[in-house]
Amino acid sequence: MLEEIFRYQFLQHAILSAIFASIACGIIGTIITEKNLIMMSGGIAHTAFGGIGMGYFIGIEPIFGALVFSIVAALGVNKIHKKTHTGEDILVGMFWSLGMALGILFIWLTPGYPPELSSYLFGDILTVSKMDLYMMIIVNVMIVGIVGGYFQQFKAYLFDEEFAAVIGMKTSYLEKIVFILIALTIVILIRVVGIILIIALLTVPTAIAKEFSYDLKKIMILSSLVGILFCLFGLFISYLLQIPSGASIVISLVISYLIICIIKNKIKKGKLSI
Amino acid sequence: MTHVLELENVDVFYDQVHALSDICLKVEEKDFLAIIGPNGGGKSTLLKTILGLLKPTSGKIMLYGKSIQKSLGNIGYVPQFSKFNRKFPISVREVVHLGFLKNKNSPFAKYKELDIKKADDIMKQLDIFHLKDRQIGQLSGGQLQRVLIGRALAVEPKLLLLDEPTASLDASAKTQIHEVLKGLNKEMTIVMVTHDMSAVSTYVKNIACLNQKLFYHGQPLLTESILGQVYGCPIDMIAHGVSHRVLHKHKEN
Repeated sequence: MLEEIFRYQFLQHAILSAIFASIACGIIGTIITEKNLIMMSGGIAHTAFGGIGMGYFIGIEPIFGALVFSIVAALGVNKIHKKTHTGEDILVGMFWSLGMALGILFIWLTPGYPPELSSYLFGDILTVSKMDLYMMIIVNVMIVGIVGGYFQQFKAYLFDEEFAAVIGMKTSYLEKIVFILIALTIVILIRVVGIILIIALLTVPTAIAKEFSYDLKKIMILSSLVGILFCLFGLFISYLLQIPSGASIVISLVISYLIICIIKNKIKKGKLSI
Repeated sequence: MTHVLELENVDVFYDQVHALSDICLKVEEKDFLAIIGPNGGGKSTLLKTILGLLKPTSGKIMLYGKSIQKSLGNIGYVPQFSKFNRKFPISVREVVHLGFLKNKNSPFAKYKELDIKKADDIMKQLDIFHLKDRQIGQLSGGQLQRVLIGRALAVEPKLLLLDEPTASLDASAKTQIHEVLKGLNKEMTIVMVTHDMSAVSTYVKNIACLNQKLFYHGQPLLTESILGQVYGCPIDMIAHGVSHRVLHKHKEN
């Protein structure tokens, strides 16, 4: 495979995008896991489908449509939840299917043959373009810069929002920043694993990292590394067996999480019996 | 004379429920005030309003003569430990350090050497220094409560505000928290919401009874009729100044 990597640009893009996507995932995945925003992230991802449909309909790059929709969904759910005290879960459910419904409607309205949607739904890491890569780099710089720069504040906010507000921290800004970063991460992940499989990439690396550390920063770094490892592994498997890349990445992630859990349990039991 | 905390005709509506009505309260320097009252009587709402997390519909809340919104970071807040996500990846030392972040909204916030030493002193004072590297899930309820008090002290507050600090703790952990608070009260003003009548009877200086309205505010000499008014039914009377011990003291070998 090494020789092919040097020869084919699409493979280089795939490897780079696996690395960038994993860094964003490691950091944002840790944040959404600790703040219980996993379903919310799933909702944002599915709402983005509406944006993809809109992109096809008005003739712009679908991924930009997804960007607009996911940011609007993220901030919208948050705002409506605060104004009306409607449960966040209910709103997420609503946005989730509304986004999908709009996507289907837009695509139905688009004249001509229906476009190829499976690469957005299930991802196709082998078709990542240069523009996608640039977008990933920008999002990564933003995430690393903001979360790294305000790490202590984020830690305080994630641990105890109320206390952070009481000591004079601007928690409402932090909250908005978190939601925007989630939306951006989802958009760059759509190209790699697709709307439907995103949640696995956002949660499993963090879940694996949490088995090994109790330190927030270490969990973020470790889950980025775990993500890189398994994205590349999944890519390799998909190349070898000629199977869809998104599926092979997600399946290898989940299987390895289960294996790690089983091994850890065995070790624990072993220690107890001694 | 300016009071530490002063509430003037405070009304709070919460989703069209009149949660607090016409609350007037004055807390003096070095006071130890316990706010008691039935569940749903507005105790948490009152705390949140004092903390500046909820805006009163009408009325004024002043901390040292200044409006609450302008003097954030002067209250050391100790929330109920049972509400926490104990699995959160954070160590005891890190939790205490969070207190030093008050009014820090600039990037790359770092803790000063002095702060780190101060945190160590606070942890020693609260007898949690030996636990400093533990993740908070590996602590007992009483220990976690002391960690949260430590975080509030790191803020260097003028007023310590506690939300049911001894709820769901066993007797010995309760006594420990009581001792800690008694000690702290020598240097700072303390306001706490509580259901713990043994605390009220033994070392609290003043009490306020809250059930939408504030019924009584003064020395902890409760009469049956006041308590009846607050709780809506007669409850056990408390003798002032009598510390009761239900369990025997542990014998050291």
